[in-house]
Amino acid sequence: MGRRVLVTGADTHLGGRVVQRLEADSGIDVVLGLGTGDPKMGFERAELVRSDQTYSTLSRIVRATRVDTVVHTSLIADSTQAPSHTIHEVNVIGTMNLLAAADAADSSVRQLVVRSSGVVYGSAAWDPATFAEDTPRTSAPRTDVERSLIEAEALVRDFADHTPSTVVAILRVADVLGSDVASAIGKNLSRPLCPYVLGFDPLLQFVEEDDVVRALEFVTRHRLAGTYNVAGAGRLPLSEVAAICGTRLFPLPPVRPSLAIAPLVHLGIFGLPPELEALLRYGRGMDTSRLVAAGFVYRYTSSGAVQSFASFARSRRLRKGAGRQPAGCLYEHDVEQCFRHPPSVVQPSGD
Amino acid sequence: MSSRRAPAQRPRASPGAVRPRAPKPAYGRPAAGATPPEDPRGSDVDEWGRSERARELARRIYGPAYSAWFRAEWEGIDKIPVTGGALLVGNHAGAIPSDAPVIMHGVETHLRRPVYALAHYWFRTIPVVGTWWSRLGGVAARPDNAYRLLHDQGQLALVFPEGTKGPSKRYCERYQLRRFGRGGFVETAMRAGVPVVPIAIVGSEETMPVVWQLPRLAHALGMPYFPVTANMLVLGPLGTVVPFPAKLRLRVLDPVTFGVEADQDRYPKSKVMEESERIRQTMQAALYDMLSRRRSVWFG
Repeated sequence: MGRRVLVTGADTHLGGRVVQRLEADSGIDVVLGLGTGDPKMGFERAELVRSDQTYSTLSRIVRATRVDTVVHTSLIADSTQAPSHTIHEVNVIGTMNLLAAADAADSSVRQLVVRSSGVVYGSAAWDPATFAEDTPRTSAPRTDVERSLIEAEALVRDFADHTPSTVVAILRVADVLGSDVASAIGKNLSRPLCPYVLGFDPLLQFVEEDDVVRALEFVTRHRLAGTYNVAGAGRLPLSEVAAICGTRLFPLPPVRPSLAIAPLVHLGIFGLPPELEALLRYGRGMDTSRLVAAGFVYRYTSSGAVQSFASFARSRRLRKGAGRQPAGCLYEHDVEQCFRHPPSVVQPSGD
Repeated sequence: MSSRRAPAQRPRASPGAVRPRAPKPAYGRPAAGATPPEDPRGSDVDEWGRSERARELARRIYGPAYSAWFRAEWEGIDKIPVTGGALLVGNHAGAIPSDAPVIMHGVETHLRRPVYALAHYWFRTIPVVGTWWSRLGGVAARPDNAYRLLHDQGQLALVFPEGTKGPSKRYCERYQLRRFGRGGFVETAMRAGVPVVPIAIVGSEETMPVVWQLPRLAHALGMPYFPVTANMLVLGPLGTVVPFPAKLRLRVLDPVTFGVEADQDRYPKSKVMEESERIRQTMQAALYDMLSRRRSVWFG
């Protein structure tokens, strides 16, 4: 019997791409996507189950579908995506419910892959230039998104410690650039003006969306355990990133930049989430050698990711005149229908 | 990791010539499948924030200060390894210490290999200054940064184990080495398996002598120390940045190796402190020797 995989956050672009990649793997019998909204792309054979954002129905789904692997891609690492209470609900409560489902006495889950973010390392003047997976962060978290991700990771680690039968991997992903997935800094880079803190030119590290999807699949397929950084090799200064992306840098005063920019943020010209403020001063570097040593091959370096992002941004600007493209497909089944119409639900055998 | 040291072998651009595109940095990993787009980088800022072009510019600007103002003179600079990692250790003095730029300039021009200066992270927090500090080879002094530089990349790193206690001491305490921190530099060198190369510098104390300390003001401004210098008294506001033209003499002492395995989990603190103290005493002895030979503060 092949593997049965559940992917959370399947309605997001990244989660959807993970689902598509897993679908293509013949060793995987069933791919089940879990999401809160309509999917962004069409799936071949995967089923999408809709759920609330905290995944309170997850334990029922896991019990019914007997999935052996859960790929948790739905953690929010960019606070422009949601208000802070939603971030807490999704990151902490969602993870808690997921772990509760995996932790049940008769649980079929044997592998858990969690996509976390490099945001958990923070960004401070006294930080090391490069964070390895076991380098602790140097200062207490100041923003909600950092706090919630750290808490979610702690829950996952606690689960891993107490459930030795389950292989648990945490992937800390650097700032993602790609055709659709954009980190807070990526969103700013695709605008005509990108804010920077006057007098600072931080070194930034990026990862291409494609590499993130491949890394998630790699870890799932090879049943890797432990924490892994996922980031393109090399770091480059913000000034250079902006030059490659063709965006102009807009200076913010070094003292209280968020206050100065608040009206512009309100108008939607910039996004300056609190976790970005420190990053725009001190940057962040991540050591990628552990995942590379495990056999993963990156397709993009940091600068390669920036360049491919810049070409995406250019083509998007060209396409703008053509109007919005419809989403690939709309999936209208909800949880109950999944149970009623059950290709992936394991039926109790007749005897 | 030898490709990481590319800046050292990089040919220098002749002044006035069209600036050549920097050779591709060694960032790219061999890719499988899709070919990554060609490296679009225009600058040569490395992962530490150092830029060889910025260094080149700084060397050109600092050159006259080095040779005409300080008339820096080296003794035994060939003791610094030409390849592989080594931790350069100096005595630190003068309110705005001139020793760090002089050592970096001297080693980079003589040995043609980059030097990274491990220093207080405070520099990073200042706009503009922090960026240039980083482009010119400044790295926050942390054991993990030092280990990565020395062990993984085989670079030269410069550190002043006295820390801020060195430049903040008053003129009446000149050439009296302070405590060498907690011996962290020795432990890092042991772990990285690289030698420590002590450098004794005479003249730096006189470049910007500290007359008085204003600890409360320093605290209020969030600075490591706030000195009143003789330069301020003589030159006025200009004296906050302009050093006196004292003759700088630098003596490179014999590299110290520790005869311990690299990459151990733990090194006995007794051994670390002993080695640290031994290096301190060797440097102190060298300083006294150099001072006794010195005829004049200004002419050496």
